Amino acid sequence: MEFFNTPVGWTIWTVSHILLITVVLLLTIAFVIYGDRKIFAGVQARKGPNVVGPFGLLQSFADLGKFLIKELVIPAGADKPVFLLAPLISVTLALGGWAVMPVAPGWSVSNINVGVLYLFAVSSLGVYGIIMGGWASNSKYPFLGALRSAAQMVSYEVSIGFVIITVILLSGSLNLNQITQAQAGWFWNWNMFGGGWKNLPLILIMFPMGVIFFISGLAETNRPPFDLPEAESELVAGYAVEYGSTPYMLFYLAETSNIVLMSGLMAVLFLGGWNAPWPTPYLDHVPFAWIASLHGLVIFAIKTFFVFFMNAMVRSIVPRYRYDQLMRLGWKVFLPTSLVAVAVVAGWRVYTGFGA
Amino acid sequence: MALQAIAFYLMAAITLVAGFCVVSARNPVHSVLWLILAFFSAAGLFVLLGAEFLAMLLVVVYVGAVAVLFLFVVMMLDVDFASLRQGFARYMPVGLLVAAVLAVEMILVSTTVATRGAAKASLGPMASGTLASGAGVSVTNAEAIGRVLYTDYVYFFQAAGMVLLVAMIGAIVLTLRHKPGVKRQVIMNQVLRTPATGMRMVNPRSGEGIGSGEGIGE
Repeated sequence: MEFFNTPVGWTIWTVSHILLITVVLLLTIAFVIYGDRKIFAGVQARKGPNVVGPFGLLQSFADLGKFLIKELVIPAGADKPVFLLAPLISVTLALGGWAVMPVAPGWSVSNINVGVLYLFAVSSLGVYGIIMGGWASNSKYPFLGALRSAAQMVSYEVSIGFVIITVILLSGSLNLNQITQAQAGWFWNWNMFGGGWKNLPLILIMFPMGVIFFISGLAETNRPPFDLPEAESELVAGYAVEYGSTPYMLFYLAETSNIVLMSGLMAVLFLGGWNAPWPTPYLDHVPFAWIASLHGLVIFAIKTFFVFFMNAMVRSIVPRYRYDQLMRLGWKVFLPTSLVAVAVVAGWRVYTGFGA
Repeated sequence: MALQAIAFYLMAAITLVAGFCVVSARNPVHSVLWLILAFFSAAGLFVLLGAEFLAMLLVVVYVGAVAVLFLFVVMMLDVDFASLRQGFARYMPVGLLVAAVLAVEMILVSTTVATRGAAKASLGPMASGTLASGAGVSVTNAEAIGRVLYTDYVYFFQAAGMVLLVAMIGAIVLTLRHKPGVKRQVIMNQVLRTPATGMRMVNPRSGEGIGSGEGIGE
């Protein structure tokens, strides 16, 4: 164990940790894409992917193979370095966000004190992949898609920021592990329900905040009904028009990874992260520590997939927003609502003294 | 620690190279992209200094919002840089003068900081223990900044906020135009519409149609 405190040992330990998380995440994403398509198909009374493997479970891997062996076509007028850099940036940021995600008790690659801000920063950087891709394609539709996405993502970050501030006010920390620990115990300690029975009146604020976070997350990840950057009925495929083969797959991977990341963030910030909905004193008596970790991991996964399921249902049910409606929702509805919520939650914390 | 030294030299080198490329790149969009890289590696240097809160704010505010708008504007403008470069030789002496002044100032500041010690120079009253907030004890970054910002420097903080508010209102006043005759969606009107106001029952005779559609949907 001494070895892991030396620079070399620390590097090996951290890199293997990162690799483990990345591999599990990529496998999860493969099945999440499959699940997304199955849910979409179910709502439309179709069967969805059902040919490759049992129940079509291996569909994503077949798609992966297909993308990898396709020819990489770069348009003649494209800005080649930026064109190829854009999907790489997208996928790096999308996977990098998982560095601070507390997936189980005391289990995240990096337990930093400003974890929430880090995730916020990473999600706000995600827009660069899209802008660069759209601009470097040197074509009209991708460019329009890129401009739309720049305006859209910057707008919805504002309300996401304010919603995150209400959560930080309740938990009193920017550290994702501490935010999760503050929501331990029964499910009414979750931030979605005000964070503790003393704060129960705050459910009137925090529940709508959770909904706003969910909807803003949809807009931030360019998910239908806010998929204006790639609206296929208006812009063909938006910023991804000129992309094919592996770069397109990277964009797609980044988008799905971001969606899962947002679902995980929703689970951590509002639904108690790896805390069970009931108190877990029985975990103090388990023979092995990994059982408690597994317990937390399973609960975190269930919550994340629940949020993702709602995400997929919204995608299947709600028609696409018009651009002016999208902007109205972001600036005229969510921004004032979340701003008032920040003031109310801050006032509640100061004048009642009911801390987390 | 060796890893920190490697990280420092790597990020410092990237910052310098990116900064140089900002001014030397021919394409303005490439310039902005290099600028973003410079911001990003500067944030990395902040993290190495232990100022992780400032680093994240730098990324969120400058890289995530301000630079996106830079890029947004630069991409839409069709700037002809060849014509802009024509006066290069004429403006060169002025540019060199400004650069020299900046360099001298930066050298003076850094030598002063080096001789007086970084903590004393940058923390000001905090180091001499005169702060009302009692900051400087072992707290997290964000907490330390909050304690100083909202107690000892609260008036400066509020004044800065006011300046930004005035700037924002000014920008809105300059660009807001009320165009008459623009049809806008008023969701309230759509929601409040009843069958009585939105519908008219007609019984057209054969070959005459329903006439003009006026009065419907108003």
